[in-house]
Amino acid sequence: MQELIHNLTKDQLRTDIPDFRPGDTVRVHAKVVEGNRERIQVFEGVVLKRQNGGIHETFTVRKISYGVGVERTFPLHSPRIEKIEVVRRGKVRRAKLNYLRERRGKAARIQERM
Amino acid sequence: MMRKGILGRKIGMTQIFLENGELVPVTVVQAEPNVVLQKKTVETDGYNAIQLGFEDIDKPEAYEEGSKLTPKAKKPEIGHAAKANTTPKRYIREIRDANVDEYELGQEVTVEIFQPGDRVDVTGRTKGKGFQGSIKRHGFARGPMSHGSRFHRQGGSMGSIDGARVFKGKKLPGRMGNNQVTIQNLEIVKVVPEENVLLIKGNIPGPRKSVVKIQSSVKAK
Repeated sequence: MQELIHNLTKDQLRTDIPDFRPGDTVRVHAKVVEGNRERIQVFEGVVLKRQNGGIHETFTVRKISYGVGVERTFPLHSPRIEKIEVVRRGKVRRAKLNYLRERRGKAARIQERM
Repeated sequence: MMRKGILGRKIGMTQIFLENGELVPVTVVQAEPNVVLQKKTVETDGYNAIQLGFEDIDKPEAYEEGSKLTPKAKKPEIGHAAKANTTPKRYIREIRDANVDEYELGQEVTVEIFQPGDRVDVTGRTKGKGFQGSIKRHGFARGPMSHGSRFHRQGGSMGSIDGARVFKGKKLPGRMGNNQVTIQNLEIVKVVPEENVLLIKGNIPGPRKSVVKIQSSVKAK
């Protein structure tokens, strides 16, 4: 039965998503619909976490915008994501970087992964 | 209005993306072709309906001449199915107010009777919750858990002392769930004829593997 559900959603999974992990800095090119016009909005920040699997998979990106922390969660396989660019790879020891929310400036730095 | 309907099994829930990129939660229902077992008309039964059968009781080979298998179905069931020239079915349900002229006895009904965008009512049996208190079962409010209140999850008063009895219908703890429930006006998101699958927006009653009846909505325009 689970296999049937898996097969139904299989063709909606995207294969053009680059490999990225929590701690990486990414630029998400998201399509935004305004009325009947469509434009691309870029959201750049640190990936806090990836959640769930299969068609349900989502990822959360955090950035500091005018001194205010902004987080956005995207469905990974959404057709409204034009593309994802990995800007920088980060070295972290957690799968969920929720501790970054309490850190500011220097303390919120992430070492680069080579 | 003429109603259409089919019986199927709830498989589970997932989500799919629409063409505009919207993410919709859907319930997957698998409905292997149903068979029309009987047609009821106003002249003979007082109302119009078709009777659908879903899932064989025995393997079809059990009814072949010289088969080693003994059918589990009872004689009346075999006879009833034989009138529609088919094998006995485990689940038999009626679709009221169907257009009887459209159907033949023994005709197969598939998921293709529905198109994406159709509105349907889904009938099923809810999950059994066992013996539950009045808070979960009837949505009563809870008392304070601390400060010496001594009134935590009780049901409260049984009513006025004037009646000298508890009136019928008083909401009390008891068995909850396992009721027949219909959820109205759900949208068909997708039909997959190859897998005999319907994707219905939102949730429907019952656990996975339970049998549900899907019929065109009474509220649809």
